[in-house]
Amino acid sequence: MDGGGKGMRKADIANEIFKQVGVSKNDAADIVELVLNLLKGVLQKGDAVKIAGFGNFVVRSKGARKGRNPRTGEEIGITPRRVVTFRPSQVFKKYVNS
Amino acid sequence: MTKAQIIERVSEQVTTLTKRQAEIVVNTIFDCIRDSLRNGNKTEIRGFGSFRLRARRMKEGRNPKTGATVAVPAKRVPFFKAGKELKELLNK
Repeated sequence: MDGGGKGMRKADIANEIFKQVGVSKNDAADIVELVLNLLKGVLQKGDAVKIAGFGNFVVRSKGARKGRNPRTGEEIGITPRRVVTFRPSQVFKKYVNS
Repeated sequence: MTKAQIIERVSEQVTTLTKRQAEIVVNTIFDCIRDSLRNGNKTEIRGFGSFRLRARRMKEGRNPKTGATVAVPAKRVPFFKAGKELKELLNK
């Protein structure tokens, strides 16, 4: 189910869908892209994505703060921004340690 | 949005798929990521982000009820890092 030791990519997921669902490889790749765009759209609106047995993706807003260029030590302002955090479910956490 | 709602949307938008197939599609995506991590491999999804495991060292914990010290074993926790495209999308 994964690309053999070197980490998994979209193409590997599409290939698995091709095997499981029986759609063509091209269609499977398009469908993966569609699902990802769907998720991105939800997050862009600021809504959470909740996947039972996997985890929740939540959008959080962060205020302005001061940062430093680690190389030069120069102080720079970090603008307010929104970030996505992922909280794995208990099931997922147990699964990777089993 | 929950997984059930995502499945609903996929089956609306991809009319060639049955509801059941849309369900398998969505489950397969998350199962692939989960299994890949369990096998010790990371997953990199261009435009979205990457998933990998982070190691947590063993630590001393406490039973909040009795106050007794208990050892919390070392473990691995799933970690997601948003990709560049997703980060930019959120801040447009």
